[in-house]
Amino acid sequence: MRKKRTLAGTAAFGLALALSLAACGTEDAGDDSSPDSASEGPGGFVPPDIAMADSLGDNEGTLSVLAWPGYAEDGSTDKAVDWVTPFEKQTGCDVSVKYFNTSDEAVTLMKSGQYDVVSASGDATLRLIAAGDVAPVNTDLIPNYADEYDFLKDRPWNSVGGQMYGVPHGYGANLLMYNTDVVKPAPTSWRAVFEDASTYSGKVTAYDSPIYIADAALYLMKTQPDLGIKDPYALDADQLAAAVDLLKAQKEHVGEYWSDYLKEISAFESGDSVVGTTWQVIVNYTKANVEAILPEEGATGWSDTWMISSKTEVPNCAYAWLNHIISPEANAAVAEWFGEAPANPKACDLTSEGFCDGYHAGDESYADQIHYWTTPIEQCLDGRTDVSCTTYQDWTQAWTEIKG
Amino acid sequence: MTLSPLTRRLLALITGVALLVVYAPLMLVLLNSFNTSQSFAWPPTGLTTRWWQAAWESQGARAAIWTSVEVAVLATAIALVLGTMAALALQRFAFFGRDFVSLLIILPIALPGVVTGIALANAFTTMIGIELGFFTLVVSHATFCIVTVFNNAVARLRRLGGNLEEASMDLGAGTFRTFFKITLPMLRSSLLAGGLLAFALSFDEIIVTTFTVGQGIQTLPIWIYQNLFRPNQAPVVNVVAAALIVLSVVPIWIAQRLAGTDESVAAAH
Amino acid sequence: MSGVLHRHPRLRLGLLLGPPMLWLGVAYLGALAALFITALWTADGFTGNIQREWTLDNFKDVFSLEVYRTITIRTLLTAVAVTVIDAALAFPVALYMAKVASPRAQRLLVIAILTPLWASYLVKAYAWRGMFSADGPIAWLADPFGLSTPGYGLVATVVTLAYLWLPYMILPMYAGLERLPNSLLEASADLGAGARVTLRRVVLPVLFPAVVAGSIFTFSLTLGDYIAVKIVGGTNQMLGNVIYDNVLTGNNLPFAAAVSTIPVVIMLVYLAAVRRTGALDNL
Repeated sequence: MRKKRTLAGTAAFGLALALSLAACGTEDAGDDSSPDSASEGPGGFVPPDIAMADSLGDNEGTLSVLAWPGYAEDGSTDKAVDWVTPFEKQTGCDVSVKYFNTSDEAVTLMKSGQYDVVSASGDATLRLIAAGDVAPVNTDLIPNYADEYDFLKDRPWNSVGGQMYGVPHGYGANLLMYNTDVVKPAPTSWRAVFEDASTYSGKVTAYDSPIYIADAALYLMKTQPDLGIKDPYALDADQLAAAVDLLKAQKEHVGEYWSDYLKEISAFESGDSVVGTTWQVIVNYTKANVEAILPEEGATGWSDTWMISSKTEVPNCAYAWLNHIISPEANAAVAEWFGEAPANPKACDLTSEGFCDGYHAGDESYADQIHYWTTPIEQCLDGRTDVSCTTYQDWTQAWTEIKG
Repeated sequence: MTLSPLTRRLLALITGVALLVVYAPLMLVLLNSFNTSQSFAWPPTGLTTRWWQAAWESQGARAAIWTSVEVAVLATAIALVLGTMAALALQRFAFFGRDFVSLLIILPIALPGVVTGIALANAFTTMIGIELGFFTLVVSHATFCIVTVFNNAVARLRRLGGNLEEASMDLGAGTFRTFFKITLPMLRSSLLAGGLLAFALSFDEIIVTTFTVGQGIQTLPIWIYQNLFRPNQAPVVNVVAAALIVLSVVPIWIAQRLAGTDESVAAAH
Repeated sequence: MSGVLHRHPRLRLGLLLGPPMLWLGVAYLGALAALFITALWTADGFTGNIQREWTLDNFKDVFSLEVYRTITIRTLLTAVAVTVIDAALAFPVALYMAKVASPRAQRLLVIAILTPLWASYLVKAYAWRGMFSADGPIAWLADPFGLSTPGYGLVATVVTLAYLWLPYMILPMYAGLERLPNSLLEASADLGAGARVTLRRVVLPVLFPAVVAGSIFTFSLTLGDYIAVKIVGGTNQMLGNVIYDNVLTGNNLPFAAAVSTIPVVIMLVYLAAVRRTGALDNL
């Protein structure tokens, strides 16, 4: 499922949507921003005028949910894991859940108008907003919103011009995990998997996706300022080449790339891997002496938002769902099942002991060090206009080349 | 070449070892379905029936098995019809382009699944404009299932020749009567064998499925794929797999019995 | 109706052949053709939408970049190795089943060979991951002899794939050998042919098409695989991975289509080469 999350990287990244919209002028977003205003960046685009609910009425009785696998469990996977049924009982809204695997799918499906709410990642949100597929959200109608961490509100990927288009749901970072019995001294930097990878040659692991190039770019951004990398997702051809070289050198020492939980857990438990990038949830499940750190360079990561379709015929149930899913109970259940930091601090009272500390929930300085996954596109996301940046397609081919 | 007793014993030994190797990983699967370690530590850290209980209660797994059965049944039915038709055409008629036709039937299985998968998905979504779903899944499965039915039917038709059919026609039976009274009974066991293989092929297919399944539909392999990658679900997957291995003996055994009795019936005709 | 059909064999042929040909000849071949036309287009880097401008760039990249040559050769060698291993393993088993085992044992053996096909492909691949791990059963068995597991890599990939596809090789070989009448073998022996001559002159002509038939399965299944190699292949990637990555993560169907031509051409050449052996009737 998290593996699918990287697939999310496929989708074109929303932040630069305005730029691109103006550049090709073909999207069906009702946005008429001129190239000039668009070049001002994310703030420069005007979303289509869609009415926002200003009051709520009676629940309509049905709700169609479009979600990442694991975000809307109704007990069918595991009887004990269920935060959909309580919602149905409370609100009388009958829920049908559809899972999607990539942000692209989510965007396509939302266009059909068949779904009322969606859990969107940072690489889908602004596309949905600009296309007019999701409506602005009146957070006053969502009591639990007030409890959420302030640093997750009004961010570029979930709001436009101070107007929220959804409610923050959860976030996480890609950490550096190592086997404490083998890797000594404890690493503090991503250097452990790049320049120092030879120390544990054959037992280094890395995430198997083109998006992992951003991890290398982040490292270069901090260690080789000459390259001029400002944003790990905005790489021109030279910067990409530097990242590719770094990863090719790393590959010599990589035992295997991992793409799913179980693969990395089993590799660390058996000793096939001893150091590499990881997620908190993997650390928690690994029954070996491992530790994970947020290295001094910071890390890549993800952040998700629940949004409401602009075409929904059941706005009351939709608002009820948004309120429910960020309620302490549901938010805690999702966070634990999925393995990420909850967006509602009150959820931390309900999670198992030490859970929120483990995921650094609410630690703002920790969250600030995360460079959230976004899809690289031709228009540089860091605002450069004198060069064109490499696209995710370029990254995909580069990744093939790195693995050889 | 009469096999010497030594050769016979050697062959038996090799067969035994081969079966052992084939079944060792399956035994590991079975053992791991009782392993207390969620990531299958070796040797097992302890034994538990917890996963079997969890699997029994998993609605997702049950729904996925049911979806897989539905898809496989429909795909097999289509393959039976089309495969038999093609077999009759190729075995009972001589015509220009016969070789091409037989090549065409083999193609979906001879070309890598990933190619078939993206070709069909592309055709469904961009050329025809239908949303991926249950229908597209059945269509794509049927495509690669035709060949198994075809091959079994063709082999049987070739072995039996067309004499009985000709006799039937000469005696005044019409085309359909001849087909249902003569040809179909002769083909029955080979269709059963072909159908069973088609069913198995469809039931465990994941590659073509990945590309043509669309959203919201979970066949068993897709369910397994998604759950295998959740650390808290992997043992449940093992249970489902172990249960399927055990259960699969039943249809195969029945088919074998039927095929055996049927063979003699066909021969007696 | 029946009478009309009776009098017009061509009509019968047309009706019999029509539906399968519509399905495979029009729908399936059409889909393949469309895919390869797509290879001549490009995908928009932002939306992934296909832009219908004719270009050979995708093919140029596939055939000029060294990495794709490396991957093609690796995939091809893996397929050959898997096929050879399966053929070598399947022969004695099939021979035993067809010519030594009692009819009852034969039936049980067929069941024993067919049963693993029902165990999920994914679960079996993961089981082999467990076998090859640094502290798994293979390491456990090899350790007393001072050996170690080969670990994840090409060896593990070949073994796993050979394991997965073995039944597809045993079954056609068994069917081929079973068709060989015992009387023919005895006659050959009576005529003074030694075991070796009989093997070469009587058994091999039957066996060869069966092996080729099996190899079509092992070859095409290996050429298209992208999952097993992810599970046990270490850092290796195959053609299937490149295609998969370009479609599902790279959103670049045209490039994936261009890469797809490689395994398709390999299989078509192979099919053309073995067509004369009669193997295609043995699948």
